Amino acid sequence: MADTAPAQATRPGPRLSAAVRENIAGWLFVAPAVVILGLFLLLPILMAMWVSLTDWNGQGSPFRSSVPFVGMENYTRLFTEDGLARQDFMTSIRNNFYYVALVVPAQTALALGLALIVNSRLLKGKTFFRAAFFFPSVTSSVAISVVFLFIFANSGAVTSLLSLFGIDGPQWFSDSRGVLHLLLGGLGLVDPDNPPAALTDGGPFGLSWWEWLSGPSVAMCTIIMLVVWTTSGTFMLMFLAALQDIPVALEEAGMLDGAGRWQRFRHITLPLLKPTLFLVLTLGLIATWQVFDQVYVMSQGNPAKTTLTPAFLSYQTAFRSFEYGSGTAISFVLFAIIVVLALVQRWVMRDRDPARRMRRS
Amino acid sequence: MRRRDLRSLASTFAGYFVLVFFALIFLYPFVIQVANSFKTEPDAAANALSPIPHPFTTTGYEKVFVNTDLPLWLGNSVLVTVMVTLGRVLLCSMAGYALARIRFRGRKLLFSAVIGVMAVPPVVLFVPKFLVLNQFGLYDSYTALVLPVIVDAAGIFIMKQFFESIPVSVEEAARIDGAGVWRTFWSVVLPMARPALITLTIISFQGSWNEFAHTLVAVQSPDLFTLPRGIADLVSGSLGKGTQYPLKLGAAALATIPVAILFVVFQRYFVRGANEGAEKG
Repeated sequence: MADTAPAQATRPGPRLSAAVRENIAGWLFVAPAVVILGLFLLLPILMAMWVSLTDWNGQGSPFRSSVPFVGMENYTRLFTEDGLARQDFMTSIRNNFYYVALVVPAQTALALGLALIVNSRLLKGKTFFRAAFFFPSVTSSVAISVVFLFIFANSGAVTSLLSLFGIDGPQWFSDSRGVLHLLLGGLGLVDPDNPPAALTDGGPFGLSWWEWLSGPSVAMCTIIMLVVWTTSGTFMLMFLAALQDIPVALEEAGMLDGAGRWQRFRHITLPLLKPTLFLVLTLGLIATWQVFDQVYVMSQGNPAKTTLTPAFLSYQTAFRSFEYGSGTAISFVLFAIIVVLALVQRWVMRDRDPARRMRRS
Repeated sequence: MRRRDLRSLASTFAGYFVLVFFALIFLYPFVIQVANSFKTEPDAAANALSPIPHPFTTTGYEKVFVNTDLPLWLGNSVLVTVMVTLGRVLLCSMAGYALARIRFRGRKLLFSAVIGVMAVPPVVLFVPKFLVLNQFGLYDSYTALVLPVIVDAAGIFIMKQFFESIPVSVEEAARIDGAGVWRTFWSVVLPMARPALITLTIISFQGSWNEFAHTLVAVQSPDLFTLPRGIADLVSGSLGKGTQYPLKLGAAALATIPVAILFVVFQRYFVRGANEGAEKG
């Protein structure tokens, strides 16, 4: 169908001017893409906006008059009403916040470090190492989650590796203790089993201060390690591309001026990498708020909801509890968080845009 | 002078040490994956780290082929991946070409819309996509697995960028010879776009083969499971509660191998795809 339609349109009709024919050809070429994107990107958003204002339970069409309209209630329940919905949502925000706070700096630092070493002119085997570090990024997130489940299993590779050093590793996937709680306990500041009443008594949005201050759970840390491991390679490639754009003459000039390695990195390389650094940080920020596959395969939000994320909670609310209104409302709040982060990215990178456009064309 | 030589030798050594250390960290999990899929269950539990199965057995694979629907998932994955890849390459090239070269009314606006659409985080669309599929009666069908993902805004962007880099003179020559827009596109421009087409084919294949979340909101009957969906079900479902690691790792290895082969053969196109992805951001 799509093959023949444009061909017919370009056959010169008797009365069609060149401009009209160009218009028809253009729209026929983009028609399939426009229809698909419209039906499966734009329309879903509009439909979801409606559903998020209702209590539709998945039966029949959400547009029937028998579907109860609840206005903004699905949203207010997440923020202002004391209850399970808000508690779960805020827990998922807390979990994802700690996840972002650890994954983004770790993957950025690792990616930059690896790129700097791989880019070093003295070392051979650049292609191999680049491929090795990049490979995890292209493999199936589900398959690799299975491997990490095995590696971190109670009798698994990490536990036996730790025991070689005489360390008694935790039971990774069933350990819901917060790392920050453990740290505070380890320093002797607070007793995790008996936290001070000042922290447990109250706090914003239905969680106590003590709960907000948990840090990622031990179980969440395995997902954090997995994600840093899979994504660093992609970001390393971005740094590598930027590093290769830096003229060698600049480095050499620095060397002639007697600048040491650290000084050259600090005053020549790093300023030139700044745009890429911002790009990697913001792409990371946006991607980490969307973590889903790994949570689904490895933990389903468990243990004790410490690996619950907004994306998974939205799925769970819609498809397991059949509260589609609540589920879509959570999606939109997540959307808002990501849009804000994207706007911050635009704002931070505003100086860079003209240069980018020139390079592209 | 001597001291400097020594220092550079030491730093070369340190550089290699770090590289090899991280290469091990990044690749050894795959060694574990394959090695343990050929182990017996007690061996996998006791010697998870060992790269050599002792004794060597294919029981895990036999079990995964006989006791699970893996052959069916494989078939579905191949079918869906081939359809999505073909569709994406054709439709994204057509749209990219029109946006780059055909002067039709509304094309600037359309391009901004494509850029806007690219910014919508896929995770946010899970539940909404289900709503549309359900409304159209497509939920739980092959169409639901393929159609919503058959066009990808990033692919349109990559193709547009590439077509803009081809000199216009070639097309003008073809047009003067009387070729229509479709002919010019199909027989003149597309053959010149081979590198971009290979990049797009590869990222489409890889993305579609690994796709998991979309299958969750598109289908529910086990007959329509793709490989990642089947494996996820295996891990979190009824079989998942026992350990059965050789079986699960075997299934995971089967899901990893096609992309691994593609990666080894077409590495530079993967690299290009990743960097194009960065450009769009």
